Amino acid sequence: MNDTRVGSPLDLDTPEKTYLDANELILNMGPQHPATHGVLRVILRLDGEKVLGLECVIGYLHRGVEKIAEHRTYTMFNPYVDRMDYVAAVSNGLGYCETVEKLLNIEAPPRANYIRVILTELNRIASHQLWLGTHALDIGAMTPLFYTFRDREEILKIFEKYCGARLTTHAFRIGGCQYETYEGFEKDVKKFVAFVAPKIDEYEELLTTNRIWVERTRNVGTISAKDCIALGVTGPVLRASGVKWDLRKAQPYAAYKQFQFDVPTGQNGDTYDRYLVRMAEMRQSLRIIQQAVDGIPEGPIMAKVSKVIKPAVGEIYHSIEAPKGELGYFIVSDGSTQPYRVRVRPPSFVNLQALDLMCRGQLVADVIAVIGTLDIVLGEVDR
Amino acid sequence: MADEVKTPVPPEGEGKPSAEKPPVAADAKPAAPAPQKPAAPAAEKPAAPAAAKPAAPAKPAGPVPTPWDSPLVANLKKQYGSGLEAQTYLGQNYLRVDRSTIPNILKQLRDEEQFDYCVDLTAVHYPKRERQFDVIWILYSFAKNERMRVKTEIKDGESIPSSVSIWSGTNWLEREAFDMFGIKFDGHPDMKRILLPDGWKGHPLRKDYGIIQQDQEWVQINLGIESGQ
Repeated sequence: MNDTRVGSPLDLDTPEKTYLDANELILNMGPQHPATHGVLRVILRLDGEKVLGLECVIGYLHRGVEKIAEHRTYTMFNPYVDRMDYVAAVSNGLGYCETVEKLLNIEAPPRANYIRVILTELNRIASHQLWLGTHALDIGAMTPLFYTFRDREEILKIFEKYCGARLTTHAFRIGGCQYETYEGFEKDVKKFVAFVAPKIDEYEELLTTNRIWVERTRNVGTISAKDCIALGVTGPVLRASGVKWDLRKAQPYAAYKQFQFDVPTGQNGDTYDRYLVRMAEMRQSLRIIQQAVDGIPEGPIMAKVSKVIKPAVGEIYHSIEAPKGELGYFIVSDGSTQPYRVRVRPPSFVNLQALDLMCRGQLVADVIAVIGTLDIVLGEVDR
Repeated sequence: MADEVKTPVPPEGEGKPSAEKPPVAADAKPAAPAPQKPAAPAAEKPAAPAAAKPAAPAKPAGPVPTPWDSPLVANLKKQYGSGLEAQTYLGQNYLRVDRSTIPNILKQLRDEEQFDYCVDLTAVHYPKRERQFDVIWILYSFAKNERMRVKTEIKDGESIPSSVSIWSGTNWLEREAFDMFGIKFDGHPDMKRILLPDGWKGHPLRKDYGIIQQDQEWVQINLGIESGQ
């Protein structure tokens, strides 16, 4: 990264030479700003409408998840992870369960892995739908919000029928799944796939060639692949910058090895490309769900796990491709029933770091677009 | 069914397993009434000394770290000598290095070994050790599709060179490590708290950080009651 100022504190005292010789303006945005998707405070340094730099102030939603983990058993901590990225709770649970399974050196049975893939991919679509609705709303298009929330409801209904919860699902257990699929699960999922495929076209009809949308997103918040890698940015943001990297392909987990799907990428790394990448990802998720539900094997859904989980002394890092990027867990075991240390590597937290770089030189209104396109969830940023 | 049992989990109730164990041995010889005949399972496993304790040999079977040999390690060992320890645990490679090698070794890993992505930086607190903190870098190489961890130990109050100039993404991660553990990173552009408010007392992820004392102090000052518990 060439600009050494990125990531350094805002210098509030010495004004730079401004475009119109006007004074620089320090503008506070948030934490209660609706377009920040939660409680994100951004301090902007402006030259008129142009952003010279910004600083994020986070932590308003900090609940000390990592500390809580040290005082719970492995099993008891499982529901807590759902509260980090609460719009993709299933992914969080999958990451945590798989990490503990790795630490125990066990594997979930194939049927459990298929159920996990179906639910995780449904959740990815739900997460992307929520992102699309709110992102479009921020930019000024209201209709997509109603469309996406209408269709997301169908996913939440499947979750509710499967495990009784819609949002913080706690769907998986260490070693597999707690619940067998309900009667008609496969039919519901197939129906959903058939239902939502044309709906995604419908969203695209509203936006992809919409002139206002294109003007507001093209060449806005551009980030290069090199900067993405240096900053550790992952997920759709990295892929939209042209890096074809998806953990489901690079280091397959659960049952992803068995499915055929593409990893969509963009070229320009701007907001418009990120939009296209996520839209394509939803379609790929549908492909995966279709294959998984067609090929779901019979068999047990729980591996043999003792009631008291007590991994051997050691440590493990495992990560999955969450809707927002690489979600990793680093767990240290001291041989007792409680983890000695649980570290969560949240994609939103790391991706949010790129906001400063992406917004420099843009207009104030574009900051909103860039926050939206990063697809952050403050519950995960602050943990 | 039988393929799930890769490594038996350290058993909790020592009394029960005598009823649980036979199915494993039964695969080899279905007709054997297992507990009374130690001869049949002996072909597969080192014979248990007494039939009453069939779970005993499972205990040391837990995974252990094995040395990690690779050209990368050999190369680094040549330069940094014996202070470097390379191991693999559950298929994951890690290096234990001396604090003095940071940040040179990190820079070398990025430039020469293509570990261009610093996935995470974190710390673990071991209050009983003399060098209380483990600082851990989790690295990934896009070119090799490979992960590794670098670990170093530091004392309480000791600082460590910042790696922001190597991977700019470690900026917030180092701030978080400072916030949660009180580890200072030299050369960091903006070393201050990130998740907790600036006036916060202590560093919560240290093992000796008392949650209850903190809570009591707060309610005593703000609510005028003895304890909120």
